[in-house]
Amino acid sequence: MSPSTPVLEAIDETLAVKRPAFEVIYDWVTTVDHKKIGIMYIVYALIFMLVGGLEAILMRIQLAVPNNHFVSPQVFNQLFTMHGTTMVFFFGMPILFGFGNYLVPLMIGARDMAFPRLNAFSFWVSAFAGLLLYFSYIGGSGLYAAGSAPDVGWFAYAPLTAKVFSPGHSTDYWTLAVLLSGIGSIGTALNIVTTIVCMRCKGMKMTRMPLLPWIYLVMSSMVFIAVSPLTAAQIMLLLDRYIGSHFFDTQAGGSAVLWMHYFWIFGHPEVYILVLPAFAFMNEIIPVFSRKAIFGYPAMVAATVAIGFISLGVWAHHMFAVGLGPVGNTLFVFSTMVISVPTGIKIFNWLATIWGGKVIFALPMMFSIGFLFQFLIAGLTGIMLSAAPFDWQLTGSYFVVAHFHYVLVGAILFATFAAFYYWYPKATGRMLNTTLGKWHFWLFLIGFHLTFDFMHIPGLLGMPRRIYTYEASRGWGTWNLIVGIGAIFQAVAVCIFAYNLIRSYFRGEPAGHDPWDAWTLEWATPSPPPTYNFAHDPTVNSRRPLWDLKHPEDPDSDYE
Amino acid sequence: MMTTTSTIPISTDSETSWQLPYRGTVGMVCLIIAEAAIFAIFFVSYIFYLGKSLTGPTPREVLEVPILGTICLLSSSITVHWAVSALRKNNLRSCTLGLASTVLLGAIFLATTAQEWYHLIHDDGLTIRTNLFGTTYYSLVGLHATHVIVGLIMLSIALGVSLTGHIKESHSEKLEVLSLYWHFVDAIWVGVFLVVYVIGR
Amino acid sequence: MLVLSVTAVIFLIVAGLLLYALLRYRIRPNDSGREPPQIYGSNQIELAWTVIPILIVVMLFLTTTRVILGTEHIPKPSGALDVTVIGHQFWWEYRYPKYGVVTANELHVPISDPANPTPTYLEMSSADTDHSFWVPRLAGKMDVIPNRINTMWIDPEQPGLYLGQCAQYCGVQHAKMLLRVYAESPADFAKWIEQQKKPANQDFTGNPAAAEGQTVFMHNACINCHTVRGTVATGRFGPDLTHLASRDTIASGAVPNTPENLRKWIDNPNSMKPGALMPPMHLNQHDLDLITAYLITLH
Repeated sequence: MSPSTPVLEAIDETLAVKRPAFEVIYDWVTTVDHKKIGIMYIVYALIFMLVGGLEAILMRIQLAVPNNHFVSPQVFNQLFTMHGTTMVFFFGMPILFGFGNYLVPLMIGARDMAFPRLNAFSFWVSAFAGLLLYFSYIGGSGLYAAGSAPDVGWFAYAPLTAKVFSPGHSTDYWTLAVLLSGIGSIGTALNIVTTIVCMRCKGMKMTRMPLLPWIYLVMSSMVFIAVSPLTAAQIMLLLDRYIGSHFFDTQAGGSAVLWMHYFWIFGHPEVYILVLPAFAFMNEIIPVFSRKAIFGYPAMVAATVAIGFISLGVWAHHMFAVGLGPVGNTLFVFSTMVISVPTGIKIFNWLATIWGGKVIFALPMMFSIGFLFQFLIAGLTGIMLSAAPFDWQLTGSYFVVAHFHYVLVGAILFATFAAFYYWYPKATGRMLNTTLGKWHFWLFLIGFHLTFDFMHIPGLLGMPRRIYTYEASRGWGTWNLIVGIGAIFQAVAVCIFAYNLIRSYFRGEPAGHDPWDAWTLEWATPSPPPTYNFAHDPTVNSRRPLWDLKHPEDPDSDYE
Repeated sequence: MMTTTSTIPISTDSETSWQLPYRGTVGMVCLIIAEAAIFAIFFVSYIFYLGKSLTGPTPREVLEVPILGTICLLSSSITVHWAVSALRKNNLRSCTLGLASTVLLGAIFLATTAQEWYHLIHDDGLTIRTNLFGTTYYSLVGLHATHVIVGLIMLSIALGVSLTGHIKESHSEKLEVLSLYWHFVDAIWVGVFLVVYVIGR
Repeated sequence: MLVLSVTAVIFLIVAGLLLYALLRYRIRPNDSGREPPQIYGSNQIELAWTVIPILIVVMLFLTTTRVILGTEHIPKPSGALDVTVIGHQFWWEYRYPKYGVVTANELHVPISDPANPTPTYLEMSSADTDHSFWVPRLAGKMDVIPNRINTMWIDPEQPGLYLGQCAQYCGVQHAKMLLRVYAESPADFAKWIEQQKKPANQDFTGNPAAAEGQTVFMHNACINCHTVRGTVATGRFGPDLTHLASRDTIASGAVPNTPENLRKWIDNPNSMKPGALMPPMHLNQHDLDLITAYLITLH
């Protein structure tokens, strides 16, 4: 598939000497190289994905049959809190920042990020935050001898988080860990924006930049505006708990709803922050495996920016049942429905990219196809939920849990898996094993649908979320059992994937510079790229510089 | 495997002017946006809770308009701007003077705030835990004061570099980035002044 | 229903096209290796698939607004019944201000006749953390928040027992903060209200255990948390027990109201609802028997 791709490498064939372990570790711990930091983010995130996944499995076992006694209510409440917090802050954000860290400088022809030391600092702060959260199992203290991990839910509604209702330190671990992770996120976002604005290679005007850096630019800008409200709210919560202030103290006239507003002003853009990089991966992968340029590049950029802006204005659709009144509810119904328009445009553009192309069903594309169907469904259940009266029944129920897992797992995780299979060869120089990959794909697909398709049903039948058990007479038992079985499939699939990652590092097929015959700048470097990325600063004339080189008779620059 | 230099064509049109913005400025703008969002939430809390305290002193009863502090802080924006322009013209003495005045004016501002708080706590009995007004007032003004302190530390370091004769014209971009931060701190104070001392009273 | 059909149609069309594209344009084994024609975009197509979704959104929005206004913005019928709901960690308090009735965990309402509606308006607040009142077959949910009053209405037309539970995580026993709404004919409801208005039963003829049980009860810490109307027990922290024996369940719907369960609950609530805020009363077996005998007379 790959004709000889021109490569920007210096003529430097010195063989790598085998170095002592201590030196390697020291190198990684003190590195400021965006590629190493990116990999550390990703490995760190994968470890937390396994931990968060384990928490999910434990919950599904507890809920598989009615009136189960697998774990106590206290432990269950900690599990769903830790699962949500871990997956959003210590798996989702790090893995997406990890890919961004690795790919953005390469794709814009730069040598590193704008602020390499800030980059390292942001990573280590985030890493510490994750460890801090889990230290709570050992460090905190609770009133009911309930263990010490936080148990207030990942959105920690007030006044449940007040000192009087959550004595001990478990809530503080949650607050501090998430606060620190927010600081790390703001640092990385700052780096990404500055890198994209200030360090593009010659000729790469904004309109010639690949879509992945565009999306990371929008996503990072959203981080500034979205993560900060959460930081502010957590400072307020800490003040309430320790200095006796009254921000969310309903006994002193404070407002529980204010916390909800602040949290969701963060929380909703946050989920778009998580999903935009998934779109970015799809924007790079789908064209390559359809052998066609992305359809409607300007529309994709415009849609991304629109999604960024509109997502800042939909937050109260998480609060339709709070009693905001018909005017408030109607406003947020409108903004939520409106955001479906640019999102739909993206799906249509991907469809048009595939149309008339030549679809290659390699593993990155298989996961991308899963993404396309599943994101479509997730978006549609989202539209259902955007109708407030529908939401009044289904918010806080398993229907919502199914919806957002459809986005988080069905769309974002599938896109991330696609990104792994696509870029692992670049980062390691080896291909991931295809057979193991197919097992991973099919097992995960079956497990995903068993779990999350059927999870909609208990929601429709009235099962609320965050309950540690339920009565047999409610009729939810069978569905929960099926959901649990799907979880086991997914766990096995993920284990296969983890094994593939490790095994292929040592025994994978050598990848070469450009195994997929792709078109963006990172494929013009060796695999893995040297520390300096490019021997000579590239100059580009179009959005797909490598297409121009491979097809000098019909370059993109003629059409842009 | 094809290699090396002439594989990516050097285009002719972008030879001369591939100038992208200075990284420090862009980074500082990003930081300012994030900090502005944090402050916005504290402002929202202040405004939302106006008039909702169940007990205790009200703004009208205890707040006095901080004229001196405000004049000092706003003037310090002028002096820091003066310091940056001086450095750009390689006028090192003026730069040092400008930085020194900025630090001094900023310190006076902090002193007036400290004095105001002392008076509020000891004479009026208003603390952060007294009521909603106390909570939102101290947190907002306190957050601002913290940012002033950080700015003053950075400015003092710059002043130190300048006094020991190590500052150069090539540092002017970095000094400008610091001055941007200081202008931001001032702009927030304008907001605090209007919301807390004018509208809220 | 409209929303469901619109989204279903969208799904079928888009997924159908996607499936078709993937099959029709898949790479064949005898592929020439030439790249397909590169098509960069089309303004008309972009316009089309922007405008059509906007129209769909406008239509959905207008229909949704109509339903929102029809639920939240309508005048209250004169025959409506007012109930005050107070959410607690982990039980529900119900007050009927018009009748001076206070009860817990089981809400009785009259059914409503469409010709002459008598819905029940619930004015809700919380005594501690956030809760949410959700009985799916009667209405959507409404959060129950401290320092805030939220109002919703239910309008059952069929008599029966409607089940639900708290739908906003409120602590350890959120899962067992169940809701039981008994919709009854106007006559049955009137009978129930009459009974609830009476003060607590004081007639222990032929039941010396119950009489002694009352004494034990009134001399114990029970009275600090519970109210039994007409006695010295005026505590407001726990459920009103005046007519405890008229309820089908205890522990907010968690277990059936039988003497065995009641006795076990009083002995140690954590054995049935670990984390419930009622502490174990540390009574000896004899006192437990007496108090249980007393409580089961409180019809």
